[in-house]
Amino acid sequence: MVDIKQYGEVETAWCPGCGNFSIRKALIQALADSDLEPHQILLVSGIGQAAKTPHYLRCNCFNGLHGRSMPAATGARLANSGLKVIATSGDGCNYGEGGNHFLAALRRNVNVTMLAHDNQIYGLTKGQASPTSLEGMHTKAQPTGVHSYPFNPVAVAVSMHVGFVARGFAGEVEHLAGLIKQALAHPGLSLVDILQPCVSFNKLNTYQWYKERVYKLGEEAEHDPADWDAAIRLSYEFGERIPIGVIYTNDRPAFDSYFPVLDKGPLATQEVDYGAMQKVLDSYC
Amino acid sequence: MSHDSMNLMIGGEAGQGLVTVGQVLAKALVKSGYHILVTQDYMSRVRGGHNTFTIRFSSQKLDSPCEGVDLLVALNQQTLDLHAGELNPDSAVVAETGFTCGQAPCLNVPYEELADKRYLNTVALGVAASLLGLERELVAQTLEAAIGKKKGDKVVEENNQALEKAFAWAQGQTHTLKPPAPAQAGEKRMMLGGNQAIALGALAAGLKFLAFYPMTPSTAIALTVISHAEQMGVVYEQAEDEIAAINMALGASYAGAPAMVCTSGGGYALMTEGVSLAGMTETPLVIAVAMRPGPATGLPTRTEQGDLLFALHGGHGEFPRAILAPGSVKQCFAAGYQALHLAEKYQTPVFILTDQFLADSLRALEPLDLSGLSPVRPGGGGAEGEDYRRYEITEGGVSPRRLPGLGPELVVADSDEHDQEGHITEDLELRVRMQDKRMAKMKGLVADTQAPEFSGPEDADTLLVSWGSSQGPVAEAARRLAEEGQSVATCHFGQVWPLAPAQFAQRFKKAGQVVVIEGNATGQFAGLLKKEAGIAAQRFIGRYDGLNLTPEYILRQLAS
Repeated sequence: MVDIKQYGEVETAWCPGCGNFSIRKALIQALADSDLEPHQILLVSGIGQAAKTPHYLRCNCFNGLHGRSMPAATGARLANSGLKVIATSGDGCNYGEGGNHFLAALRRNVNVTMLAHDNQIYGLTKGQASPTSLEGMHTKAQPTGVHSYPFNPVAVAVSMHVGFVARGFAGEVEHLAGLIKQALAHPGLSLVDILQPCVSFNKLNTYQWYKERVYKLGEEAEHDPADWDAAIRLSYEFGERIPIGVIYTNDRPAFDSYFPVLDKGPLATQEVDYGAMQKVLDSYC
Repeated sequence: MSHDSMNLMIGGEAGQGLVTVGQVLAKALVKSGYHILVTQDYMSRVRGGHNTFTIRFSSQKLDSPCEGVDLLVALNQQTLDLHAGELNPDSAVVAETGFTCGQAPCLNVPYEELADKRYLNTVALGVAASLLGLERELVAQTLEAAIGKKKGDKVVEENNQALEKAFAWAQGQTHTLKPPAPAQAGEKRMMLGGNQAIALGALAAGLKFLAFYPMTPSTAIALTVISHAEQMGVVYEQAEDEIAAINMALGASYAGAPAMVCTSGGGYALMTEGVSLAGMTETPLVIAVAMRPGPATGLPTRTEQGDLLFALHGGHGEFPRAILAPGSVKQCFAAGYQALHLAEKYQTPVFILTDQFLADSLRALEPLDLSGLSPVRPGGGGAEGEDYRRYEITEGGVSPRRLPGLGPELVVADSDEHDQEGHITEDLELRVRMQDKRMAKMKGLVADTQAPEFSGPEDADTLLVSWGSSQGPVAEAARRLAEEGQSVATCHFGQVWPLAPAQFAQRFKKAGQVVVIEGNATGQFAGLLKKEAGIAAQRFIGRYDGLNLTPEYILRQLAS
């Protein structure tokens, strides 16, 4: 059994009270509960406060560019299907700068777990609106309020029949760890959109604000995640009440399964077949 | 006819199948023992417009395309209107009955009498092949292989009948065309284009991952890899955009798959952030850029060598890189192979810079030899377990590269400045050491730089300098000048970065005048030579009208 201590304790650059601490804790719990050791996992991130997560636990880490965590995670997973690949970044990274990659990832369905630390604000750049900021929110960059309609990642993912879609809350660590564990076990793309208070810059969506609204599916309300129509309805519930839990699941085959070569192990360890290469060259004669 | 070679041009609209006719003729010529060199000029449209497929062929090895047409196969009137003026003496034109040929020596083919309208192509192919003295059976086999159907199939039978009638008709015609005698017929040779050769070279080095977004004229690199992916165990993906393509490739390469992306200028513009990421994370990556004229969308299907400095400088910050610039299809194969090895050896981005002319240029090649080739072997070295450090500072700048998930070592890669373990740092003294470590790789890259290839007398009055695809046209221009008794030498750069002046500066000093010839408007390589080697060329000859350099163009410019 893997102990959470294997993932280490490190000093972070996050603000005291940041939701990222709870997400980190839930992630480590889920990894230990999944019996995954640090060298068996790869955390890929973009840029932002959330994207620093891979530096704050012992793991393989590819901390790339803003918005580009999913493409890099996709490539890594397709190079080594033995790696448990987790893309971990914020709402700005995943849904703003990486918006096109998000849509493509939902369609592609590579076996990657996508953790979106969704605090509805840009933290690292000190408080501008993000794609998920609610309409009317005031910031220094949006002094007359946010006028764009908020992006709904959960509804988009469900609408595109992503195999595992969940919403978690940083204020419910054990519940969140359970969701991440289920996401890690899913063989295709899994999305966990995590509601995360930003204590420094988001004065609207606070711990209190979420606590008054969130309720757990399966505990406080019945829901069958295989029911797509019900999932679509739930995915739009984001107001007085906000459901957390597994919203939707299906068993669509993962993109990885279309490459039989991946069953033979990491690409790095596979020999180049020069007999086959000779045949390739001969085909041009 | 020029220098024992013949130029055959097929012209028509997009959608008329002229590329099929051209490819079958080219392949049949190769099978008959000829050397070929194909240039394709096409418009950015799927139907209509005006396209040409030109095959220069000879019993001798060919370096370059040339101007002038000996056999013009006009699939429409426009081809005659545009190209009749390029006809050489003793030439012939194959055109449909009713086309206006003027003074051109025209064979008006009664297509509709010979075959159904659907087989117009095949009739044109048959007439042209007959005029060139090719064997009908060999052309029929080549055509059958090209349409991908088996004997007995109705389409194959009807094509065969059309071909037979075309041959019979052409044999009854009089013309003055004199095809060059073939070399040793029956010798086994390949027919390969530049893009295909880059892909095959990369596969021969053990390419395992390719991501791309379609963009002319680079797409055939990806399509070639994909067509052999199953045989060679390659994983590939058409990404949502070029940004995703390069980041996927970097993710794959980090995890140990030798990786490549291919694109053209505009797509490369999107990739530059990822190029910089490769430099910072020290992730091996090959970036093949097939140039076309810019700025912006430019002339999407034409050729230019306008992105040399962009390939060199694309990506923010300072980091080491290498740029290979193959001059022939054979060199494209070598570049594909070497680029993967260099990228792995120095853990940094390596470019293959080609252009539409070379990318689409089919050539006859001696069968490529795989003996002595070895695959890239990613990863390895360094301390084990807890002590492993991805960015350990070493003398040559190259750190031990372990692969994630293949051992207990944790592999930490970061786009931020990082410490030797890979974690974010803002220690500014360490920043300097890490930057010095990365840039230290330049020393090795310079030592490994391919020396430029000289030809001709050391103290020549004129030294013609080429890089990339301008090699062939420059070589032939030099040969023609030498035949006239002029003192000319050539120097070709198959690698344009980094430059190692020790390899060539002395020889440049011995030459009378240095003339740099490249397909752009500003003399990018001439400028690089000056900056890096202190060599100021006396002349620069550029071409940027979208067409490839030819020996004739170079000779005209030299004379002016």
